[in-house]
Amino acid sequence: MPGAGATELKNAEEEIRAFHLRLVAAGLLVLACFALLAVRFFYLQVANYDEYQAAAEENRISILPIPPSRGLITDRNGVVLARNFSAYTLEITPSKVADLDATIEELAKIVEVQPRDRRRFQKLLAESRTFDSLPIRTRLTDEEVARFAAHRWRFRGVDIKARLFRQYPLGEVAAHVVGYIGRISQKDQEMLEERELAANYKGSEHIGKIGIEQSYERELHGITGSEQVEVDAGGRAVRTLSRTPPVAGNNLVLTIDIELQRIAEEALGDRKGAVVAIDPMTGELLAFASRPAFDPNLFVDGIDTANWDALNGSPDKPLLNRPLRGAYPPGSTYKPFMALAALNAGKRRPEQTISDPGYFMFGNHRFRDDKVGGHGVVDMVKSIVVSCDTYYYLLANDMGVDTIARQMAPFGFGSLTGIDIEGETAGVLPSTWWKAKRFRRPEQQKWYAGETISIGIGQGYNAYTPLQLAHATAIIAADGLVKTPRLVRHVHDVRTDARRAVELPITRDALGQPRPERLPFKPEHLAVIKRGLEGVPIAGTSARAFAGAGYVSAGKTGTAQVFSLKQNEKYDAKRVAAHLRDHAWYMAYAPADKPRIAVAVLVENGGFGAQSAAPIARMVFDYHLTGKRPDKPGQAPFIGKPDAASEDEDD
Amino acid sequence: MIRRALARVFANIDPALGGIVSLLLLTGMLVMYSATYDQPGRFVDQARNFGVAFLVMWVAAQVPPQTLLRLAVPVYLVGVGLLLAVFLFGVRKKGATRWLNVGVTTIQPSEIMKIAMPLMIAWYFHKHETLVRVRDFAAAGVLLLVPVGLIAKQPDLGTAILVFAAGVYVMFFAGLSWRLIIPAVLFGVAAAAAVVSFEERICQPEVAWPGFKDYQKHRICTLLDPASDPLGKGFHTIQSTIAVGSGGITGKGWLKGTQTHLEFIPERHTDFIFAVYAEEFGLLGILVLLLLYCLLIGRGLVIAANAPTYFSRLLAGAITMIFFTYAFVNMGMVSGILPVVGVPLPLVSYGGTALVTLFLGIGMLMSIQKHRKLVQT
Repeated sequence: MPGAGATELKNAEEEIRAFHLRLVAAGLLVLACFALLAVRFFYLQVANYDEYQAAAEENRISILPIPPSRGLITDRNGVVLARNFSAYTLEITPSKVADLDATIEELAKIVEVQPRDRRRFQKLLAESRTFDSLPIRTRLTDEEVARFAAHRWRFRGVDIKARLFRQYPLGEVAAHVVGYIGRISQKDQEMLEERELAANYKGSEHIGKIGIEQSYERELHGITGSEQVEVDAGGRAVRTLSRTPPVAGNNLVLTIDIELQRIAEEALGDRKGAVVAIDPMTGELLAFASRPAFDPNLFVDGIDTANWDALNGSPDKPLLNRPLRGAYPPGSTYKPFMALAALNAGKRRPEQTISDPGYFMFGNHRFRDDKVGGHGVVDMVKSIVVSCDTYYYLLANDMGVDTIARQMAPFGFGSLTGIDIEGETAGVLPSTWWKAKRFRRPEQQKWYAGETISIGIGQGYNAYTPLQLAHATAIIAADGLVKTPRLVRHVHDVRTDARRAVELPITRDALGQPRPERLPFKPEHLAVIKRGLEGVPIAGTSARAFAGAGYVSAGKTGTAQVFSLKQNEKYDAKRVAAHLRDHAWYMAYAPADKPRIAVAVLVENGGFGAQSAAPIARMVFDYHLTGKRPDKPGQAPFIGKPDAASEDEDD
Repeated sequence: MIRRALARVFANIDPALGGIVSLLLLTGMLVMYSATYDQPGRFVDQARNFGVAFLVMWVAAQVPPQTLLRLAVPVYLVGVGLLLAVFLFGVRKKGATRWLNVGVTTIQPSEIMKIAMPLMIAWYFHKHETLVRVRDFAAAGVLLLVPVGLIAKQPDLGTAILVFAAGVYVMFFAGLSWRLIIPAVLFGVAAAAAVVSFEERICQPEVAWPGFKDYQKHRICTLLDPASDPLGKGFHTIQSTIAVGSGGITGKGWLKGTQTHLEFIPERHTDFIFAVYAEEFGLLGILVLLLLYCLLIGRGLVIAANAPTYFSRLLAGAITMIFFTYAFVNMGMVSGILPVVGVPLPLVSYGGTALVTLFLGIGMLMSIQKHRKLVQT
């Protein structure tokens, strides 16, 4: 069919003609765009040549950042916890120096340069860009400044700069709350670039690394200003042309009462542990103590190796923020929550009693009560006051682990409380689904009914932070009111003198549910639990610690096993190595009728809660409620083994 | 003997294209020497990059277009697969997820798309050559937008623009209706004009731009008023404009750029190397460079015009226009008429990856030119 062939050929020709037309169009586009560029270049290089020539000549004009001064951090009463002071540093810009080593040698003849300064400088040099100005010496004396000024002409690329330094006047006190700043690292720099903040950190050398300094970096840093300066051939500023002043960072007023904090820390003394005190009505943290601690001032200029190794390598882990990141089994402090959960789930009535023979048999395994022979007839209130294990073995068995988990999650057990510092640990709220997710092998994933029993007395897989326990205690104290624990009371804008509260986001509980504002407990149920808790400091395990208190408090002791006993072994503190000894707990609030403070105290390896944790809570309550300071300042007394009268109480 | 062997080795190298590219490379090395005066290692690195890239070009020139046609789909699919992998578990650096860790090194899959995209779209139209319908353009549009979307999300605006342009060029050469092109161009011009004229109002911090991220808005606003951000991106534009302007007609002379040597030009050996060139060689130097690029593009378009098959025509045309896009966007950004996006100056900027991609394109052009007669017979 010749006809069809011709059409195809014609089509092909037409197609090629159309394509060529397109090529011409593309060529024209190229020419037009290049012409546009040429016009632009003509405009820049010919029409406005003089202007740009002058600009380049004076370039020489340099734009320098002016870092803002960092916001102050104070406690709730205005006591300064972090402040700035101005000092001179001697800085080198490596790209402008021909022979760095020779220059440093020469400098060392004029000002003192320690081997430590050199090491730090070398470290900075490796981490920074060559046109950054890096300190070889910080905190020069006036005399050193004067001496260098006389020799300045000899040192190209070396300058004295006035810098603001951070200082933490109270040292170790509240170190874990306030945190510290440190030099901006490569990782910080990447984070800043990611958040498009790098421009605002030109000229800044420090950034919050941990604690409030880190989590409120945005508020504290401020806005960097800039200065147009004329520079000489050596790059030194000779004249300022214009200036946009920096805006200082906002001040932070913490919820912490530093006196209370100090009392709590001193009460812990050289023992490892945590004290968290919350105002249950507002969620404000009045004290947040973690011992041992560290001196944050060491970190500001880059910590040296010796100090770092000492802190990081210590078996006592002073860098660990225990209330925030330490998860421990709650022991018997879990019992009041278990009791409230049972009432709420309809698994117990308050007046229901059990008869305690001193143990609970599960299959052929005997779960022991601490009191040999048992507590006799026990109802709910008594179960709390005497801390009856058998009551809770039975209860856990009746409820089952998943019902317990569903009832405990709303208290915040096993989930982040949402406190306004970073690094919080969620702990473990055990359940069948938790175990299935946590373990790999099928036989480990299965939940055994026997594992539920010890959950009832706060042992087993349970693990919560002191912060979580304090938060949950505050919820009971405030009749179900849920307030996210917070460390910052308000942000203070110095320019406008405005005070702004910080909104903390709503968190989710361990089941993934958003936390409600109030947990809907029945008042009569709460009343039973509170009656039980009020009995403890009067007639229960903490009676000696609270003897003669001028207020009515409510609380519960607890002892967390670090080390499991064989079935028929008896715990003997003397025979157990110190680091395997039980952890002591105390949870409490006061005054009992209108709570103003709720606490959780943990003393690692402290033995019975009544012996070492409850006395600390007493000191904290005394100061907060009556203003009474401890008779003997320092570590809280160890209250010996309960006497014969109270020996029938477990812990 | 040796002459014949050499002749065979270079049989597929197009002398015209090879010559222009060599001149551009020479210019590039000249500027690179000046721009990296304080980091001499870079100069040697770039020379090594040239060697690798040249080898890639030579290999690509040996591959006949029919093979490219067969490779189009697999290369495209691998490219999209890698982009998805980046999206799911890419490595984050400097605020963008562009890299994929493949054990020995990290790779940037978006770079592959610069070549894979025109290959794929050209393959698609080639398959439907007998009758190209409107819906084929729609289908090509989908093939184009999926990877572009993934790249833009990383976010990597510069590469997304280049990949997008590469696909659009193929569609344009395949006969995309003027009725679509003209309104789109007019809309673009009108939008740009609107942004320029209402800059003060729409660049207020509280005004959000639909479809734009904050930093993208920030970049456009900084272009319009560099002084608004003297410590950030505005600094680049201010300083590169001064460098270009102070070059004048004849330039300050090689190695004598004050802006360059006093470290006022940021990224002066990569994306802003043109500022160094403009400062040291002036308007005359720029015109020479523009002429070289015109010759390069012209030669590419001629190769496209002579190409024997539909596929090779579309591919050659698109590759050529990618070169144009690189050059135009880069020079536009340095001279302050386009926003600062990360696009290098082709064959001049430091950087091995971009160089390899560009030389791959040149090798493909050479192959298309050499194989034109073989197919016609």
